[in-house]
Amino acid sequence: MAPTTTPTTATTTTTTGRTGRTDRSGTAPAPAGADAPPAVRIDRVHKHFARSGDGRPVLEDITLDVRPGEFVCLLGASGCGKSTLLNLVAGLDRPTAGTIEVPGGRPALMFQEHALFPWLTAGRNVELALRLRGVPRADRRAEAERLLDLVRLGGAYRKRVHELSGGMRQRVALARALAQDSRLLLMDEPFAALDAITRDVLHHELTRIWSESAESAESETALSVLFVTHNVREAVRLGQRVVLLSSRPGRVAREWTVGIPQPRRIEDAAVADLSVEITEELRGEIRRHGKH
Amino acid sequence: MASTETASDLAGLEAGLDALDAVPVERTPLRQVLLHKVLPPVTAVVLVLAVWKLLVVAGVTADYKLPDPSAVWHSLRELWLQGTLFDIIWTSVSRGLLGFLAALALGTPLGLLVARVPFVRAALGPILSGLQSLPSVAWVPAAVIWLGITDAAMYAVILLGAVPSIANGLVSGIDQVPPLYLRAGRTLGATGARGARHILLPAALPGYIAGLKQGWAFSWRSLMAAELIASSPDLGLGLGQYLENARTDSDMPAVLLGILLILFVGIAIDLAVFSPLERRVLRTRGLAAK
Repeated sequence: MAPTTTPTTATTTTTTGRTGRTDRSGTAPAPAGADAPPAVRIDRVHKHFARSGDGRPVLEDITLDVRPGEFVCLLGASGCGKSTLLNLVAGLDRPTAGTIEVPGGRPALMFQEHALFPWLTAGRNVELALRLRGVPRADRRAEAERLLDLVRLGGAYRKRVHELSGGMRQRVALARALAQDSRLLLMDEPFAALDAITRDVLHHELTRIWSESAESAESETALSVLFVTHNVREAVRLGQRVVLLSSRPGRVAREWTVGIPQPRRIEDAAVADLSVEITEELRGEIRRHGKH
Repeated sequence: MASTETASDLAGLEAGLDALDAVPVERTPLRQVLLHKVLPPVTAVVLVLAVWKLLVVAGVTADYKLPDPSAVWHSLRELWLQGTLFDIIWTSVSRGLLGFLAALALGTPLGLLVARVPFVRAALGPILSGLQSLPSVAWVPAAVIWLGITDAAMYAVILLGAVPSIANGLVSGIDQVPPLYLRAGRTLGATGARGARHILLPAALPGYIAGLKQGWAFSWRSLMAAELIASSPDLGLGLGQYLENARTDSDMPAVLLGILLILFVGIAIDLAVFSPLERRVLRTRGLAAK
């Protein structure tokens, strides 16, 4: 079985209109086309840090759209500015030039560290997100229980953060991110610190939650995911689209549309084949830096 | 190769991982608590008493310098029978606690200002740290000249001792809040006052409580110094005055009793109020030492 990939060379102008139709397990509705407003529109974004050593920008001329309901993986070596880009989209930092539009309001963000508040129980962590979103007190408990159920942690409401394993903490963090009811979920290497089996399970859970959202929601309000990773296999396992960033400065080097139907597994031959191709490209990007 | 896995397979795998990885939380049985927490300090106290008694029996020094432990016990019994024991303790403890609460009310907003406003930090930060190393006894003469030998002078000395501790505790508590919590809070929409209430203050609580603990120790010390130096019959009999009276009477058992009572009250308040509070806060965060 050969993967139906559509490698597209990078252009620095726009990526909309490049709609290599992706297959999402055959049942989920296809992502809305270019006519619907994107979940996020990153337009010619540059980012300089005043004190960065060589004066080169961290991000240079990044243009990227994520369609409603789309799952995009941002891939790159260290120093490519992928976390910086995510911070910009999250509104934690401002671009030096260019614009970032998030029509759906403040995006949810998940970090590599769980970032749960240790003075609250798992359930209260989720409830705090609900409270800050403005959910009335009477509804919070039930909603928090529902979200914990969604990540299969129904019994963990009263658990303290330190009583949970690494994988459970990330699932609570996912529930808390989902509690923001945002249409865009940003994920910054959320599974990088987990062991392989736990990571595998969480890949499955994330794909399931994302697909369920697409099935139940209107196409414009479906959950879009922008997932940052340095793990090629993970990117191919999860994404409908994989965007490779070059390092110093971070630019969109190339992108692939992943046509492998979900549910995928990280061991699938098709996933492996595409991963080999992308890894080659990534290695080339890294090698360029050794030459001067 | 099976490329799909049934949902129940995965749920089972997940349940297994959760069960294997979850951190068990145990409560220590009472016997262990008695053995490891109660027995050692009791042994230490008994040893000190034994050495004391031994020194007295051996006659190392004159009786008026080192009285028999039973003489101190006798002084205690006397105070008890006169019915003044709890009055003396309460006079000092009520002053100490009231002064501490005032220090809390002043030190907390001051700490918040120093931690969050750069100008205030640059202006007051070094002064606050400096004040912490100034023994508050040094304020007693000034307080007496300004306010006379009054309760107000006592409270002034307590405040000057405790406010810097409490403020500094809050400042270091806030400084040690992991930036990740603040970023996570901001992405959840906790900014400004809501950020302070839901993220910053709860995250800074362990440092704040450490500051309170130290603040109480400073309050109590300052108060004893003030009572000892600025003692007057008008002020009512507190532990400091009791100690000072015993000195003028050259009543060594009463002097030792005074010292022991001051020590006892300091430890008792710490054990009854601050340590449980600290332990609770640390335990809920998984930070308590085993």
